Amino acid sequence: MRELITQTWSWWFSGAMIAGIMFFLLYFGQSFGFSSNLRTICAAAGAGKKTKFFDFKWKTQVWNLVFLVGAIIGGFIAKQFMSTDLPVQISADTISDLAKLGIAAPASLQPAELFSLDAMLSVKGFLILAMGGLMVGFGSRYAGGCTSGHAISGLSDLQVPSLIAVMGFFIGGLAMTFFILPLIF
Amino acid sequence: MKFIKFLILGIVFGIVMAKSEAISWFRIQEMFRFQAFHMYGIIGTAVTLGVIGVALIKKFKIRDFHGNPISFYPKEKSVIRYLLGGIIFGLGWALSGACPGPMVVNIGYGFLTMTIVFLFALVGTYLYGLIKDKLPH
Repeated sequence: MRELITQTWSWWFSGAMIAGIMFFLLYFGQSFGFSSNLRTICAAAGAGKKTKFFDFKWKTQVWNLVFLVGAIIGGFIAKQFMSTDLPVQISADTISDLAKLGIAAPASLQPAELFSLDAMLSVKGFLILAMGGLMVGFGSRYAGGCTSGHAISGLSDLQVPSLIAVMGFFIGGLAMTFFILPLIF
Repeated sequence: MKFIKFLILGIVFGIVMAKSEAISWFRIQEMFRFQAFHMYGIIGTAVTLGVIGVALIKKFKIRDFHGNPISFYPKEKSVIRYLLGGIIFGLGWALSGACPGPMVVNIGYGFLTMTIVFLFALVGTYLYGLIKDKLPH
């Protein structure tokens, strides 16, 4: 019984839970879009004084910041009480592709080559984390949403702009995976 | 107290993201290399149920718990901002292996170096706000 919780959750159960979260947010009068929090935090930090884009009633978005805090707590609970610390079971093809880049087979959920303290303290490792975050933050606002806002909420409402954004996510993701990562590693 | 429901939903979201391994850089690589169904299954299930649910909400004019109609606002029509913004987002997603939600779930999970990714995502959002008017939309 406990295994049901500690093993990797199935795609169908996880997908259904995410849809459920979206519907609960709609029922509570809000909508599912995580990257809006980045704009809200900039606004709360006072960016609205100089930049019009951040001059809005950010306090109406506090519910989403609370959701963000919940997500951090959820990650903590998953790790402390619901995990076995087994390495993530990715396909053998991916393991061999990543080995060619010099990234070892999974020993946990994340590669030490990117997310260990040693990696972060190297110039290259720091730049990878920083550039990754920078592009996600810039791109999500330019596109008007991230995976939750466009791929889940937008596609559920059959919105063409969201479909274009998701196509963009994949063009960028494939370019990074097949052309840029081999140059970096 | 009115925020407690959002805290609980956030906690559930964090647990699901972690337990489905959607917060793993390895899983995102596996997805972009088309070498497993897992991530497509997660997003595909969510969207399939989402399409059905949203259609039902519209058909039966379901109201939220305040009694207001649940309304959906069409996003402004454009191609360039969604395509360019999406590409930049995708480049960052495949590099860091995390979109904004999974970034903070990773921090809670104990991958504290993800804090750097999150801080620079804030910087990226701020940069966008600064140069927004100079970009094609």
